Amino acid sequence: MKKDLLSINDLSRDEIYRVLDTAVAMREIGERPIKKVPTLRGKTVVNLFYEPSTRTRTSFEIAEKRLSADTLNIAVQASSVQKGETLADTAMNIEAMAPDMIVLRHQSSGACHLLSRICRSRIINAGDGMHEHPTQALLDAFTIRQHKQQIEGLKVAIVGDLLHSRVLRSNVLLLTKLGAEVWMSGPQTLVPRGLDQLGVRFSPTVDEAVEGADVVMMLRIQQERMQGAYFPSLREYYNVFGMTVERMRRAKPDVIVMHPGPMNRGVEIASDVADGPYSVILEQVANGVAVRMAVLYLLAGGVEDEAVA
Amino acid sequence: MPVVMDADRIGRTLTRIAHEIIERNRTLDQLVLVGIQRRGVPLARRLAAAIHAINQHEVPTGALDITLYRDDLMRHTVGTQPVVGRTDIPFSIDDKRILLVDDVLYTGRTIRAALDALIEFGRPTSIQLVVLIDRGHRELPIKADYVGKNVPTSPSQSVQVRLAETDGRDEVEIQE
Repeated sequence: MKKDLLSINDLSRDEIYRVLDTAVAMREIGERPIKKVPTLRGKTVVNLFYEPSTRTRTSFEIAEKRLSADTLNIAVQASSVQKGETLADTAMNIEAMAPDMIVLRHQSSGACHLLSRICRSRIINAGDGMHEHPTQALLDAFTIRQHKQQIEGLKVAIVGDLLHSRVLRSNVLLLTKLGAEVWMSGPQTLVPRGLDQLGVRFSPTVDEAVEGADVVMMLRIQQERMQGAYFPSLREYYNVFGMTVERMRRAKPDVIVMHPGPMNRGVEIASDVADGPYSVILEQVANGVAVRMAVLYLLAGGVEDEAVA
Repeated sequence: MPVVMDADRIGRTLTRIAHEIIERNRTLDQLVLVGIQRRGVPLARRLAAAIHAINQHEVPTGALDITLYRDDLMRHTVGTQPVVGRTDIPFSIDDKRILLVDDVLYTGRTIRAALDALIEFGRPTSIQLVVLIDRGHRELPIKADYVGKNVPTSPSQSVQVRLAETDGRDEVEIQE
């Protein structure tokens, strides 16, 4: 493993499988009466969150505690960032207290790369702007593997706000690396430039993307990142791109539906799909803890890339 | 390199240990077998089969991985972290008499880690240790209750246990 986990590109195919295999063992710990192992005793992990987050922050914190690390959470709303401190200064100050790892969530793409350059601590990207969210892609892959055994050769349809989604970017990098056939659909106004270079297929209609799919992955409409009118109304978005039971019929009979959360019910996904028999949305959340334990454990080891060490 | 046990010898040794287990444990009701990953697991299954062959008693069998409990895990952080194996103990260990099974007893550190791990699953009545090979050189006050074979070694040697389930054949070899 490299020093940090900033992007799925930091992981080779073998390392992705190592994370997924380790996560299988980590999942079992969560089923024990005492859900704790002493592995990261004496290691300090700082969760530095510049954006609101319930799922990811809780998931990381539970993962850290199950491995016996000492954890502390810095929610920026209540910190000296409010007094005008820069990210680099905040990081250097935290670094002065010698933590072993920093888990960073930030609204700017590339914020984790900045920290990676100036910090000795291991950096884990917990979502940076519109760039990447690698642990989400890893837990998605883990969930797919649980249901489909292997990822190679599967048709995965990703539908929604493609432009603002860091989950999309990490998932595309990971799924194509493992040999899945990735299709996408969403409003033309929400398609990022250069999508064709990622080795994925785009369809303007949801029906074509979902046709015969093994996995349907829905993306949230990120209204907080939208600085303009990308589509006429949420109602119209739902009518054209919302995942309904009728649209799901085009997929394979054993299809699974995923969503990274938080869901906008009645916008990108109908409630009877989100709560339907093919939904694995809550399994994704459960698997998140195991996958993050695996990442924390593997990153706590040695650095293979000697230039960084 | 000298082969100190062949397949036949391993088979007869496990049958002998099964008899010893039955002899020393008046009732088998609360007995469970837990094998330490990796080669303790097939050994535990074989002991369960051997006990069953003698008196038709089914002894529940589980697998324990001790990687996350190792005392050297975070001490020299060079290279890749050790692979974490599966732990699968599909029964409560509360008030059970555990037979902990491993292939080679050496420094005793693996057993120390296994004891720590087991205690987190519950409170067994007792834990007894079964090993196929005791090669000496203990660094902790740990002793096996059932030993397949004592093999005097020097610390520079290594003892390689191979089992059909994990390595394709049964054999114990000493390597320089």
